[in-house]
Amino acid sequence: MTTLSTPALPRRQATVLALSAVAFVAAPFVVSNYWLYWICLMAINTISATGLNILTGYTGLSSLGQAAFMGVGAYTLALLQQHLPLPFPLALLAAGLVAAIIGLVVGMPSLRVKGLYLAIATIAASVVLEFVFTNWQSVTNGTKGLTLAPASFFGQPLDQPGQLYWVIVPTAIVLVAMAANLFRTRVGRAFIAIRDRDISAEVLGIPLLRYKLMSFGLASFYAGVAGGLWAFFFRVVTPDAFPIVLSIFFLAAIIVGGLGTIAGGVIGAIFMTLVPELLRLVFGLLTAWVPDAMAVIPSVRSIIFGALIVGFLLFEPQGIAAIVSRISRRSRARASC
Amino acid sequence: MIDWLFLAEVTLAGLGTGALLALPGVAFVLIYKATKVVNLAIGETLMLGAYAYFALTSGLGWPLWLAVPLVLAAGGGFGALVERIMIRPMLGSSAISVFMVTIGLGAMIVGAVELAWGLEPHRLVTHTSEAPLFIGEAYVPRKTAAAFGVATLVIVVLLLVLRLWPGSLALRATATDPGAAYSCGVSVPRVYSFSWAIASMIAAGAGILVGAVAGISPGMGVFGLTVLAVVIMGGLDSVLGVLLAALLVGFAESVVVAYLGGEYKLITTFALLLLMLLVRPHGLLGTAEIDRL
Amino acid sequence: MRSEKSTPTIGVHIPTARAADAKPVLEVRGLSLRFGGIRALNNVSFSVAPGSITALIGPNGAGKTSLFNCISGFYGPFKGEVLFRGHPITRLRPPVRARMGLARTFQNIALFRGMTVLDNIKLGRHAHMRSNLLDGLLYWGRAHREEEALTREVDERILDLLELGPIRDESVANLAYGLRKRVELARALAMQPVVLLLDEPVAGMNREETEDIARLILKVRDEWKLSVLMVEHDMGMVMDLSDHVAVLSFGRLIAQGKPEVVQQDPEVIAAYLGTNAAGQLEPATQEVHA
Repeated sequence: MTTLSTPALPRRQATVLALSAVAFVAAPFVVSNYWLYWICLMAINTISATGLNILTGYTGLSSLGQAAFMGVGAYTLALLQQHLPLPFPLALLAAGLVAAIIGLVVGMPSLRVKGLYLAIATIAASVVLEFVFTNWQSVTNGTKGLTLAPASFFGQPLDQPGQLYWVIVPTAIVLVAMAANLFRTRVGRAFIAIRDRDISAEVLGIPLLRYKLMSFGLASFYAGVAGGLWAFFFRVVTPDAFPIVLSIFFLAAIIVGGLGTIAGGVIGAIFMTLVPELLRLVFGLLTAWVPDAMAVIPSVRSIIFGALIVGFLLFEPQGIAAIVSRISRRSRARASC
Repeated sequence: MIDWLFLAEVTLAGLGTGALLALPGVAFVLIYKATKVVNLAIGETLMLGAYAYFALTSGLGWPLWLAVPLVLAAGGGFGALVERIMIRPMLGSSAISVFMVTIGLGAMIVGAVELAWGLEPHRLVTHTSEAPLFIGEAYVPRKTAAAFGVATLVIVVLLLVLRLWPGSLALRATATDPGAAYSCGVSVPRVYSFSWAIASMIAAGAGILVGAVAGISPGMGVFGLTVLAVVIMGGLDSVLGVLLAALLVGFAESVVVAYLGGEYKLITTFALLLLMLLVRPHGLLGTAEIDRL
Repeated sequence: MRSEKSTPTIGVHIPTARAADAKPVLEVRGLSLRFGGIRALNNVSFSVAPGSITALIGPNGAGKTSLFNCISGFYGPFKGEVLFRGHPITRLRPPVRARMGLARTFQNIALFRGMTVLDNIKLGRHAHMRSNLLDGLLYWGRAHREEEALTREVDERILDLLELGPIRDESVANLAYGLRKRVELARALAMQPVVLLLDEPVAGMNREETEDIARLILKVRDEWKLSVLMVEHDMGMVMDLSDHVAVLSFGRLIAQGKPEVVQQDPEVIAAYLGTNAAGQLEPATQEVHA
C-alpha cells in the first residue's frame, strides 16, 4: 500500500535525509574506487528500475523491453557524441527523449487493448531493436559496437568512477525524487487507479490510453537516461549488452524490492547489482575445488533471478520494502508500549 | 522467372515449420482457454522435453519407443507440478502477476538446462533414415516430413477430443466461470491440473520433434518467442486461429530464410506481430474482449 | 476540454426553482439497448428535474443498471439519446461525461485498494485539476498548490459531512462494507457533480446505516444544489426521499410520477407481485428528513 499524501517531513525522516546528504557528498573522498564503481552501477540500475516500477508497480503494465530501451539511450548518446557533440546534460536528456519516443511508438497500438499486449509488444520491440543494433552496420557499427570518448566537464575528462560519480548519482537522486513527487499528485494517483481498477478510473474522468502512454513513455525515458549514463560509464556500446534477460533481471529487481514503492525501486536495484558480484566472489572461491566454476555463473544467475521472481510473487508480493516497513512498524509499536 | 521448384521446396519447409509451431501453440491456447493464464514458459517446456529425450537416448542409450513415452509422461507431470505449486496459489492475483511468474519459471528452466548440459548445441538421435524424400520433384528432409506428420496427427486427435469428449465441456465451463463450474460439480482444481499436464505433455513432445529437425541448444527458448508471436497473431483463445497463424508464420519465415538469409527470420515474425497488433490486436480468430460492468 | 476553473470549488449553483417546467438536467429519450438478441432496454424515456431526487425502481433484471451504464457511457444504445443539460452526450466517452459533471457510484464498490481513503476521494477531483505530468514530477509549484488546496477542501467539506475524518489515512482495503460505500459516495462528491448517479447506495445496510445515508443524500442535494438519480430497492427510502419515481420492468418504462401515485399504479403492483415482493410497497413510517 502506498501512502501518497504525506504531511510535512517528520523528524525521523529529516534526519535520515540529512545523513544521506552528508554521505553522498563525502563518499568519493572516503570510499575506494572499487566501491565507487559499484555505487555508480547501482545508481544507473536504480534509474532504470524506478522507471520500470512506475510502469509495472504503479500502473500495473508489464514490460520486457526495459533493457532494449536502455540500449536505445546508450546508442543515442554514443552517436550524438560522434556526430553532434552536446554538453552531457543535454545529451542525457536527448537519450531519454529518443527512448521515450520509441516507447510511444511501441505503446500506441498495444495499449489500446489489454495490458498483456504491451508486454508482448515490448518483447517484439526488443527483438526488433536488437536486430537494428546488430545489422544497421553503417550507423551502429554492428557487433563491434561503438566506443565513446570520456564525457567532459569544461574540458576536464571524466573517466574515473570517482568523477563520473558526480554525474551519475545526482542524476539518480533527482530522477528518483521526481518519481516520488509524481505519486503525491493527480497524475500519479491516476496511474495507481488504472492499476487497481481501470474501469472505475475511466468513470472518474481518466482517459486510459493517454495515461497508459504517459506511464510507458516515462518508464522508457528513465531507461533511456540510464542507458545514456551506462554508455558514459562503460564507454563501449554493443548490441549484446541489452538482451531480454536483462529486462527480466530488472523485473526481478522491482519485484524483489517492492512493486509500487519508491524504496522498492532503489532496494531492488541495489540488490540486482550486488547479487551477480556476490556470485562472482562465491564462485571464485569455488574454483579451488571446481576449476570451471566461474563459467556457470550466468546460468546460476538465471536460476536465482527466476526463483526470486517466483518466490517473491508467491510469498511476498510486496517485496523487501514491505518487509522493512512491517519490521519498523512493529518495532515502533513495541517502543511505544 | 520464378524458380517454381525452389518455391515449392520453400513452401514445404514452411509447412514443416508451421506444424512445429502449431503444436506448442495449441498447448499454449489450451492453458489459456482452461485457466486464463498466459504461459510464457511454454518454449522452455518444449526445450525441457527435447533435453529429456537427449538425456535418455544419447545419455542412457534408450531406444526411441521407450524414451518418447517417458518424456511425454515427464512433461505431463512437470506441467501438473508447476500448476500445483506456482499457478494455483496465484489464483486470486492479477493476470500480470501470474504472467510474471511464468517468466521467472522460464528463466529458471534455461539456467538449469545450461547448468546440466552446457551451452553447446547437440543433435538428437531418432533413427530415421537419411534417405531424401521427394514430393513430386521437390525435396523435403525426411525428418521435417515425419515431424509434420506427427504434429498434424496430434493436432487432429486433440481437436477431435475437444469436440467429441464430454469432459471438454467441463474445460470450457471452468474457463468461462470457475465459480459457476465449481457449484455445478466440476472439480475445478482437477481441470486446472489436467489442462496444464496435457499442454505441457504436448509441448514436451513438440520439443522432441523440434530437436529432431533442428538440433537442441539452450537457446531453444527463443522458439518460444516465435510461438508467442504465432499465438497472438492467431488469437489467444482460438485453436484454429493458432493453426492458421502457425502456417502463415512458418511460410513467411521459410521464404525469408531462403531468399534473404537466416538473420532475418525473427525480425520478420515480429514485424508481422507488430503489424497484427496495429490492425487486429485480438488476432485472426480470437474473440475481442467485452467488458461487462 | 479541460475545465477552466482556477480554484477548485465544490458544488455548482443551480437556480432553486424546481418547477416542473424548468429544463431537465438529465434526459433519456427513446433509449433502446440490445445484447445480441436480448432487448435490455426498450424505448425508455424519462427526465430528471434539476435539484430533484429521482428513484429508478423495478424488479431484478429490469434493466436499471443497463440504463445507468448507458447514461455513464459504457454501453452504446442502438437507438435513442441521452441528454445532459440539454446537450446530447450519447456518443461521448465516460471520461468526458465525468468532466461535464456526471458522477456515478457502483453496485459493487469500485474503490482503489492500493490507496488511502483520502487519496481515493482526491481522485474524484481528477478531471477538474490541471497539474500535468511535468508539474507532478517537479512538484513544488503548481502541483503542490493544487494538492494542498484540494486536501484542505476535502477535509473541510467532504470528510466532515460524511464523517470519514477518523479513517482519512487508512487503506481502503481494510474498511468495513458500510464505510467503503461512504468513501465511494465521498469520491463521487469530489467530482463536483451536477448529477449524482447512485447505484443501490444502501444495498446491504441495516436500518440505521440506511437512515444515515438517506439523510446525507438529502443534505448533499440541499447544500450542494445537485440532482440525484438513484437505483434503489428499499421502498421506504424511495417513498420518503424521492420527488419522482420511474419504474422499469423487462426493459420498458411502465410508470413514472410522484411516489404516492406510482405506488398505486396497478401495472407497477403487478410487476412486483409477480416477483413476490408486494410487501416492499409499504412506505416506512419513520421520518427521514434531517
